[in-house]
Amino acid sequence: MFAHFKSYLQAVGAIIWKDMAAEFRSRELLSAMLVFALLVILIFNFALELDISTRSSVTAGVLWVTFAFAGTLGLNRSMASEKDRGCLDGLLLAPVDRSAIYFGKAIGNLLFMLIVEIIVLPVYSVLYNINLLQPGLILVILLGSIGYVSVGTLLATMAVQIRTRDIMLPILLFPLAIPVLIAAVKASDGFLQGFPLADIMTWLNLLIVYDIVFITIAFMVFDYVVEE
Amino acid sequence: MVEKTRLLTIFDILTFIFMLVAIGLVFFYAPVEEIMGQVQKVFYFHVANAWVGMLGFTVAAVMGGIYLWKGERKWDIAGFAAIEISFVFFLVAIISGSIWARPAWNTWWTWDPRLTTASIVELIYAAYLLLRRGVDDPNRRARFSAVYAIFGFLSVPLTFISIRLLRTIHPVVVGGADPSAQGGFNMTGPMKATFFFSLFAFSVFFVDLLWHRIRLGKLQEKIENLRWHKN
Repeated sequence: MFAHFKSYLQAVGAIIWKDMAAEFRSRELLSAMLVFALLVILIFNFALELDISTRSSVTAGVLWVTFAFAGTLGLNRSMASEKDRGCLDGLLLAPVDRSAIYFGKAIGNLLFMLIVEIIVLPVYSVLYNINLLQPGLILVILLGSIGYVSVGTLLATMAVQIRTRDIMLPILLFPLAIPVLIAAVKASDGFLQGFPLADIMTWLNLLIVYDIVFITIAFMVFDYVVEE
Repeated sequence: MVEKTRLLTIFDILTFIFMLVAIGLVFFYAPVEEIMGQVQKVFYFHVANAWVGMLGFTVAAVMGGIYLWKGERKWDIAGFAAIEISFVFFLVAIISGSIWARPAWNTWWTWDPRLTTASIVELIYAAYLLLRRGVDDPNRRARFSAVYAIFGFLSVPLTFISIRLLRTIHPVVVGGADPSAQGGFNMTGPMKATFFFSLFAFSVFFVDLLWHRIRLGKLQEKIENLRWHKN
């Protein structure tokens, strides 16, 4: 029983290690996500009036739109490379529980998203003179990213098998990710504006509930999404 | 399966009669409401359509679950039928609500929790339909549709709650003092009767359309099989 769990964890770890190793050799995914994120922030500079008075109220929203778009990019590319190079078939042939593939990919995608977010935060802080390196905000980013990536990985696995692959992921993901985005933006905003923790707890709870519910469902249905 | 079964024909006639009666009740039996006048009558159809739209989503999610469990194509056909017709019913609900809103609230649209959630649900339907279009293999299409229907359905309560929390903290400026804006206006006897009958008639209409659509789906599957086997 314990041996089975250990091999499961090894499988998950192997997939994460594979993604990380491949990525750090080419760095194509991270650089694309990062440049894209910075471009989005740049566009927001012109699209919204980010002068000093309004800046504090829209920062949370700008950040999360950026993360959502960059995250979509990462999810797409991550699953696409699996499909195109036949890695997914290889993984499916391996004698591991299919859900290990899901967790491996999801955690890998989460790490990519977190790396981008960790770089974006100080850059944004410098550009707009706001201190974003607060523990509360980082917690929200972690919880929000987990939720986003858990649904996103499953939907990306479906999307790469569809003809209209690049456009399908946002169409499928955004309506389902609304609760994460709302809760993450409100919670981020709460921490940035210095609201009392009691007010922010609602949003944090919502994030946690979403994360648990959707990770569970994704884990249960992943088999159906990859079977031939 | 080529000819329409007798039962379906009878059901068609019944549906037609019920809908006629419902329309008749709305225009001739239900009293004209004091504050809003004739416009209020849109509500009888608006709520019925919205109810049926959400019912369809539930049906589709359940069908999806059963398909994943059993693997028989008929559940997929039923799920697709449910989403496709719910898409239209819900769209009618949204548009009729908008028509009601203009004279009542002086705006075509407002971003209150119910309307926002409704627009998200409609977009989930659209995403589902696009998803089906993009997959050629019928088994894969069925599996993906089932998964997405389940995911979509389960996301709706969380979406509604999160938007509700969002909007109660930042109240929406537009929203009439009109109590029926909250859907809780006092209905007199005849109004209640009309309302519930309308709900019933539209539910029957939904089942009738669903039946037809499932029939159509099965015929489509037959054609697909013939085409495939021929090649």
